Amino acid sequence: MTAIDVPLTTRPDGMDSYPGTQPRMGFFTDTSVCIGCKACEVACKEWNHVPEDGLVLTGMSYDNTAGLSADTWRHVAFIEQRTAAPDDGAPGGGLRWLMSSDVCKHCTHAACLDVCPTGALMRTEFGTVVVQSDICNGCGYCIPACPYGVIDQRKEDGRAWKCTLCYDRLGAGMEPACAKACPTESIQFGPLDELRERAQARVSELHAAGEDSARLYGNDPADGVGGDGAFFLLLDEPEVYGLPPDPVVTTRDLPSMWRHAGAAAVTLAAAAAASFAVEALAGRLGGGGRR
Amino acid sequence: MAECHPVGFQWVMEAKARGATVIHIDPRFTRTSAVADLHVPLRAGSDIVFLGGLINYVLTSGKFFRDYVVNYTNAATIITEDFADTEDLDGLFSGFDPERRTYDIRTWEYEGAEVQAASGERDQEFEDRARSGVREAARGEAHGSGGAHVGRPNVDLSLEHPRCVFQILARHYARYTPEAVEQACGVPQEAFRRVCELVTRNSGRDRTTAWVYSVGWTQHTVGVQYVRGASILQALLGNIGRPGGGIMALRGHASIQGSTDIPTLFDLLPGYIPMPHAHSNENLDAFVAAEGTDRGFWANMRAYTVSLLKAWWGDAATEANDYCFDYLPRLTGSHSTYETVMAQLAGDCAGYFIYGENPAVGSANGKLQRLGLAKLDWLVVRDFSLIETATFWKDGPEIDSGELRTRDIGTEVFFLPAAAHTEKNGSFTNTQRLLQWHHAAVEPAGDARSDLWFTYHLGRLIRSKLRGSADEMDRPVLDLTWDYPVEGAIAEPSAEAVLAEVNGRDADGTPLTAYLQLKDDGSTTCGCWIYCGVYADGANQAARRKPGREQHWIAPEWGWAWPANRRIIYNRASADPDGKPWSERKALIWWDAEQGKWTGHDVPDFTPDKAPDYQPPADARGDAALSGRDPFIMQSDGKAWLFAPAGLLDGPLPAHYEPQDSPLPNLLYRQQRNPVRQVLAFVHPDNRLQPSGGAPGAAVFPYVATTYRLTEHHTAGGMSRWLPYLSELQPELFCEVSPELAAERGLTHLGWATIVTARNAVEARVLVTERIPPLTVQGRRLHQVGLPYHWGWSGYSTGDSVNDLIEISLDPNVHIQETKAFACDIRPGRRPIGAARPALVRDYQRRAGITERTGTEP
Repeated sequence: MTAIDVPLTTRPDGMDSYPGTQPRMGFFTDTSVCIGCKACEVACKEWNHVPEDGLVLTGMSYDNTAGLSADTWRHVAFIEQRTAAPDDGAPGGGLRWLMSSDVCKHCTHAACLDVCPTGALMRTEFGTVVVQSDICNGCGYCIPACPYGVIDQRKEDGRAWKCTLCYDRLGAGMEPACAKACPTESIQFGPLDELRERAQARVSELHAAGEDSARLYGNDPADGVGGDGAFFLLLDEPEVYGLPPDPVVTTRDLPSMWRHAGAAAVTLAAAAAASFAVEALAGRLGGGGRR
Repeated sequence: MAECHPVGFQWVMEAKARGATVIHIDPRFTRTSAVADLHVPLRAGSDIVFLGGLINYVLTSGKFFRDYVVNYTNAATIITEDFADTEDLDGLFSGFDPERRTYDIRTWEYEGAEVQAASGERDQEFEDRARSGVREAARGEAHGSGGAHVGRPNVDLSLEHPRCVFQILARHYARYTPEAVEQACGVPQEAFRRVCELVTRNSGRDRTTAWVYSVGWTQHTVGVQYVRGASILQALLGNIGRPGGGIMALRGHASIQGSTDIPTLFDLLPGYIPMPHAHSNENLDAFVAAEGTDRGFWANMRAYTVSLLKAWWGDAATEANDYCFDYLPRLTGSHSTYETVMAQLAGDCAGYFIYGENPAVGSANGKLQRLGLAKLDWLVVRDFSLIETATFWKDGPEIDSGELRTRDIGTEVFFLPAAAHTEKNGSFTNTQRLLQWHHAAVEPAGDARSDLWFTYHLGRLIRSKLRGSADEMDRPVLDLTWDYPVEGAIAEPSAEAVLAEVNGRDADGTPLTAYLQLKDDGSTTCGCWIYCGVYADGANQAARRKPGREQHWIAPEWGWAWPANRRIIYNRASADPDGKPWSERKALIWWDAEQGKWTGHDVPDFTPDKAPDYQPPADARGDAALSGRDPFIMQSDGKAWLFAPAGLLDGPLPAHYEPQDSPLPNLLYRQQRNPVRQVLAFVHPDNRLQPSGGAPGAAVFPYVATTYRLTEHHTAGGMSRWLPYLSELQPELFCEVSPELAAERGLTHLGWATIVTARNAVEARVLVTERIPPLTVQGRRLHQVGLPYHWGWSGYSTGDSVNDLIEISLDPNVHIQETKAFACDIRPGRRPIGAARPALVRDYQRRAGITERTGTEP
């Protein structure tokens, strides 16, 4: 296999490497019931020994974590919005405070895994994408490859770090630390198929209750990353939460790019060869002329 | 609730998922508001107007639960002719003594009867009650006729008598109109009406509404009356003693309910038995006669008290020595934490134990706290980290300002590391009175020890030093039953042995199963009568952890709830007077006529075989004196008290008074503040009060400030500011202001602001947010400033302490400070440092014309 033959996973559940019976596991984060307590952030850091990464008052509402990074694997966004004022003209009315716990999406088509030259990034038997820190050499290819900007390099050791979906806990039959700590079941862990059904039912419920803005994000296996292993129920456009509206696996076009590059190379080679041929021909012609 | 109790809030979210409507009433739009169906911002300090408005709506719209109100509350009871309401006296109740600043409560009594409160201040009529009691005690009688004498009050079941509670209530709240709510609270009438409709529509036979409050209600000079307001409303709507009803008190941290049940409070003994006052010649009988009741379950107070004394002093407590009743300390006045500070300043208090508390940061007027600590001979601080209370002498703000010099401070400070709850066995009692046991997961590290370890071994060492003493003063310590088994390498006392002592034993040493077994003849012991049964059958009932899904929906086998493992108290009220559930949907317990007993889902909070039609004989006492239709069995009349004829020091009905320091005049009455609030004991140059309302100088402090907690930190920070993972989530102190206030005062987002009161000046980063909206109050635009109070100068995350801004002025009933509403100024930029900081405060005092008398008027 060469770098050109990037093996895109083809099974919609992203489980080509593991044809066994273990279902693909994931997160459904229902932001409509998130209360912004950040227990997920703290539980994640506690369990995974992720270092504290700076005391900075950002001024972005109650979000002082700012985003996912090598040292933040769960991140709760806080978005203060002014909405249409209610009928009763209450002074505080017309306010909305969105909270959403972001995490690595564990994509079906995971570009980070595709570009990793050392095999440090791997797909587990649970369908999750994990960096093996003892193999990662810190090349950093995975970082620009992620369409969500999730995976990140830790400056102290140069290696890439991100959510493992608590691979060690899963192996012991436990749920990930963030889901365990979430008091309102905003973070739900389980077999992805079940989560997708549950999420669809929740959206219908919210729509029936008049919450028209509820929508799922990352649940569609037909999207640009083949669907996310960690998907969300949002109450506004993804951009509002800092999520790309239409993410595409950055390695999607690699084969065709390489094909085009190959064709170009062939063309170039042909052109070069042709130029020599022309020159030779000309030389031959000219040779006679010089004489 | 989502902000400060996120784990408990899961149940609100579950209720919401099942269709409950969640209403959030709070000055700020918080994480609770974010998921509530309706957020109603109001002015901090105006809640009694809001609650009074609701009560008025319920009464005038006729939406009260008439059958419940007539039968289960004191609505029909007629009040003495001598009573005069705030309506008659422009904001005062009858009986006010302006010299002593107290009420004589005798004009608030029932006509034809004298009643004793089931809680609160029960010593009010000691002299009247005990006089005969003392005489009779001398004759060897157990119960005098003094205080316990209670006749049958006159009632009018039509609720039409002009002096019946219902009519007094209607007149009292008539002025709490939607217009008044709008003007005083800043809540538009439409929004207020919506709350009225939602609450009343969701109350009645088929539905119940619950109220949840936190310290936003209690930390006021009228804090107890806030909660009383909710009690009246819930009683009128029939929302007490029924599933889905009630009033939930959320507290500052785990097991505050437990620390009230088995109290850390100066004026209570375990199980809400009052601490005796220092009366001359008071013996046990006089105490019981004065503070107990003749009817209801407080009639057994002597059995509860004697069993407690037997638990503490064992064989030394005998009938001949009054069961060591004289060993109990006596109250000579209020000895709350704030009086203790004043005693330190006066040099009357030489030593101080601080367990898991950080008063240098967490109590009102931090500067006064620190000045008091600096006057001590010795101070013991037990905490996880070197909190500010342990280091004020070297790095506190007064060292910086020059008001204290380290070399002048004689306080010897002992810092002793404390074990965390994960490192020790014990129980938490939550707001639903549920005891849940926790087991130590690991041994405490290093020298850290549990409070139980420290207290037990300290007592053991003191007792060994006193051994052989002939001094009578040492007998109470030497005679204690101080004999707990210890376990493990660190000799940790057995927490379960303590629980067993709390539960109590019979004469054979067998664990008791119910408080009804308690005797007043010294044959039983019980450390806390309401907890009797928690160690029934010699098993730790609080440690039961059968999952809810494996049992009945009441989940009686998860932990243990006092009393008697009842999950909903006063649940007789869940059935109608004839004993049938008010509705199928809300059925909880009911009368089974065939079996002749109460039955149902919960443990009945009623004598099991007392039929609904039971009428007490005239000479009955105790529980037998309550009828089959009296659900509130701790009350001497068996009724929920809409009107409190006893027990409260500041009025039988909640009336709105402005906070101690308020930029607004009282819209409801001429009386500006609670006339019996505690301020005179706290006159001090560093506790100056501010002019309020229309008084000259009030405009110097034009804004209303309120303090609160953030999810990411815990109270005064001892458990969170030293932790990197929590500190990075909220790294420093900030203040929250509206864009309008920011523009008015030139404050910029993420810039600095200085907040100033007559006590101090603190600096904070500015968060400009629409979540703290300006309100229109009394025709003016009113801005509020939001201040989280977690920070101090030490720790991993630091900041000024906002409690330094707050004066000591207290609720008279429970001596709590008014931290949730005060007037301030806010200005851009950082505060001055060094001596310039107090100079700025003095400048404000001068501008506002503040003297030592300002704000102390009744």
